[in-house]
Order: sequence, then structure tokens, then C-alpha cells
Amino acid sequence: MTAAQPLPTLEITALEKRFGETQVLRSIDLNVRNGELVFVIGPSGSGKSTMLRCCNRLEEPTSGAIHVSGKPMLGIPRKELDRMRLQVGMVFQGFFLYPHLTALKNVTLAQRKALKRPRAEAEARALEMLDKVGLKHKADAMPSELSGGQQQRVAIARALALDPKVMLFDEPTSALDPELVGSVLKVMRDLREGGMTMIVVSHEMQFAREAADRVVFMDGGVIVEEGPPEEIFGNPKSDRLKAFLSRVSGEAA
Amino acid sequence: MDTIIDAFFNIDIMRQATPLLLKGAWVTLQLCAVVILLGLFGGLGLALLASSGSAALRLPAFVFIDIFRAIPPLILLILIYAGLPFVGVRVPPFVAVCIAFLLNNSAYFAEIFRSGIKAIPKGQMEAARATGLSPAQAQTWVILPQAIRNVLPDLLSNVVEIVKLTSIASVVSLSELLYSANMARAVTYNSSPLVMAAGLYLLLLWPLVRVISRFQRGLSISH
Ligand SMILES: Nc1ncnc2c1ncn2[C@@H]1O[C@H](COP(=O)(O)OP(=O)(O)OP(=O)(O)O)[C@@H](O)[C@H]1O
Ligand SMILES: [Mg+2]
Repeated sequence: MTAAQPLPTLEITALEKRFGETQVLRSIDLNVRNGELVFVIGPSGSGKSTMLRCCNRLEEPTSGAIHVSGKPMLGIPRKELDRMRLQVGMVFQGFFLYPHLTALKNVTLAQRKALKRPRAEAEARALEMLDKVGLKHKADAMPSELSGGQQQRVAIARALALDPKVMLFDEPTSALDPELVGSVLKVMRDLREGGMTMIVVSHEMQFAREAADRVVFMDGGVIVEEGPPEEIFGNPKSDRLKAFLSRVSGEAA
Repeated sequence: MDTIIDAFFNIDIMRQATPLLLKGAWVTLQLCAVVILLGLFGGLGLALLASSGSAALRLPAFVFIDIFRAIPPLILLILIYAGLPFVGVRVPPFVAVCIAFLLNNSAYFAEIFRSGIKAIPKGQMEAARATGLSPAQAQTWVILPQAIRNVLPDLLSNVVEIVKLTSIASVVSLSELLYSANMARAVTYNSSPLVMAAGLYLLLLWPLVRVISRFQRGLSISH
């Protein structure tokens, strides 16, 4: 650890993950600075989701270390893990709003039960976050009454309400109809402008060009190449990245 | 024709039997309340064990569920009532019935709860845990409310089965509805009290059966 630099908000060190015999992640090192947006690209099966899921231990890493603001995520008792998870917001491809609760209750539940915030405070915070994602007027709606884009924005508000230090997005717009993608990306852009630290796994290359500080290309469970978006998209070095980019742009065209 | 009416729908005999049968119906109601609550809680506990991540909890729960779903409840009841005195425990009929029903109903309710829990997408639990909820909190506030709502018609159907099944308590001389009706039949040499008992069961269960079929119709429309 270098003393001169400030602590990374998220620090992934020598992360390995095996599912039985299959090695899915091999020695991943990735540091995310405070306020940085790291964009992760890579072919299907390259381990992008697994890496994100290891960060909050939805997947149990085989070895390595994860630190959030210098505090370890691994080798801690379950209660401590629950507390640490409050600092790592996660947004899923499939939203996973609680279908039996209103948008507001979706956003207050963990505040009340995990953070132990009083009801009034939790509701005020929830409304503030719903406002931030443009859905304050939908506070009393059930998830089934919301469009996919609206559901995903409520899911973002649910994570934000816990004041996380870092937000993980796993293909947040992949399940959405094209016309709804923009509203979710806008929220993510606002978040970035507000200084949120983020890792985003996505295929929205245009968003990466505009909003990412750094793009990480994964393939076969390793980080093959990383750099600023201009470099990664404009001047890819490795053959694997070149092949991936031409395949993706071919699909988009 | 007259003989049938005389033997099964005899108003005089029914009138005579009414106090006894109402007493029996009251015992049946109390019995139902107790064994349904026991079964619901036992079943929920078993279902949570059977859905747990640890095989050490899961296996015994599955063994319990399989065994007590396979043993006919009547045999179970007689074994408990006749068997417990041999190990030095003498229990009143009501308690014996409660034990037998706890074992049997928990197993059935557990299967229903478990199928409800299993049907909830894995992402629900992950989303809940990712927001810092403990496993117990995630079960209580996220998984179970959805699971129970999904299996409500099955839970209610099982309640109907249990209410009817409480009539087996008559074999250990618990004076519930069937026992009382049978007694009245023996005294009067007339089957009208049995018809009356059937009527009382119908009265008790008909609203529940209606609710269930409305549920099921609602489900098939919304699907
Ligand atoms: N629970 C699991 N058990 C076994 N193998 C798994 C499991 N989860 C993921 N894998 C495997 O790990 C590899 C990486 O999966 P992962 O979902 O991380 O890839 P990804 O980069 O997110 O892909 P995609 O772009 O399709 O989402 C895949 O080969 C996948 O089959
Ligand atoms: Mg993925």
C-alpha cells in the first residue's frame, strides 16, 4: 500500500474464483478511486458478473482480497458482512424489486431493518432518492405498475438510500426496451456528476465514451487491457480487444 | 320413501340431538383452532429448515416431512394414544390428537410453504442480502410474504382437509362432532344425527371452500 495516495474506495486484490473445476476469475487486481467510474466490457462468460458479485460476496471468492475504504469484505463475521454490504450498492440486470411492496417501501425496507433508521427519516430519505431518479410521483405504485426503466430506477434509489460508498451496476439496461434505456443512463450520469464511485458492466459503449474515467476489458477471467475510453476504443492494443470491439460495433451497425 | 326420511332426516330426532351435536361442534372448532395453528407454525419452521443452505438442517427436515406424509394419520393417532402409556406418559385424548395432528399437518404445511419459497426467484434473496438484510430479515420481509401469498389457496385447501380430518379424533373417544353424532345415533337407533353432523361440517366449511374457488378462479384469470 502506498502511503502517499489516498485509499481506493474499492480495492480488488489477486481475486480468484473457481466454480468446481472451472476457473472463472484468475488473479484480478482492480482499484477504484473515490468518484471514479470504471466501465467493464468483455465477451459473454468472461467473468464480469462474477467479479461484481464477489465484491459484495453474493459469490464467495476462492482467494484474494476485497477492501471497501480500507476495510476487508472477506474473512469477517456475517453480521459485519451485512454492515459492509450497506456500503456496496448493487443494481441487477433483472431489477429484483420486491413485487409485494410499493416503490416507497422497496426503498425504505433495508433502511428500516438493516440501518435501523426511524420510519420518518427512512421515508424522507426514500422520497429524496425517488426524486433523484425522477420517480417521486410513483412512490405509492407497485412494481407491476411501473415500466422496466422505472423499476430499474427504483432499484437504483433502493441502493442509494443506504448511502453506499460504491455502486455496482451489472448490465443495468440490458433487460430494457431500447426507448427506456436513456432514462436509466441519465440517472447514472447524474450520479457520476454527483461524485458517486461506480463500476458499470454494460454494452452501452456510447455511455462509456462519455462518462467513464476508465474502461476495463476482461476476457477469460483476466483483465486483458485497461485505460481511458479514448485509448481503449480508439487505440486498442491487444488482439482480443480489437476482435471484441469489431464484433460489438458490427452488431451495433 | 317414508322410511328413508324417517331414518335419515327425522326432525324430532335431530331436535333431540341438537344440544349434544352443538357441544361436539364446539369441541371440533377448538380442536381445529389448535391443530391448524400448530400445523402452520410447525410447517413454516420445517419449511425454513428444508429451504436452508445447510445440509445438516435440510436433511432431517426432509426425512421428517417424508415420514409423516406417508403414515396414515389414523394409525399415527392410535399409535400415539395407545403407545404413549407404555413409555410412562399418559395423555388425555385431546393432547394425543394434537400431537398426531402436529406431526401430520406440519409435514403437509411444510411441503406447501417449501414449494412457495422455492418458487421465489433467487434474485429476490440476493437483492435483499445485497442491501445488508440478514438471512432472517430477508426471509421475513422479502421471501415469505411473497411465498405465502402464492400458496394461499393451497394453505386454505389444506385447512379444509384438516377440519374434516379432525373427525378421526372420535376413535380416541374425544367428544367432537362425529363422536357426538355417532353417540346420538347409537342411542336413538337413527342416522339423522349423522346427517346433521354432515350439515354442520358443510356449514363450517362452505364459506372457506367458496373463498378457495374464488382464489383459484382469480388466479386462472390473471394468468
Ligand atoms: N453459479 C455458477 N456455477 C457454475 N458456473 C458459473 C456460475 N456462475 C457463473 N458461472 C460461469 O462463470 C463464467 C463467467 O460467468 P459470468 O456470469 O461472470 O460472465 P459474464 O462476463 O458476466 O457474462 P455475460 O456477459 O453473459 O453476463 C461463465 O462461464 C459461467 O458459466
Ligand atoms: Mg454477466
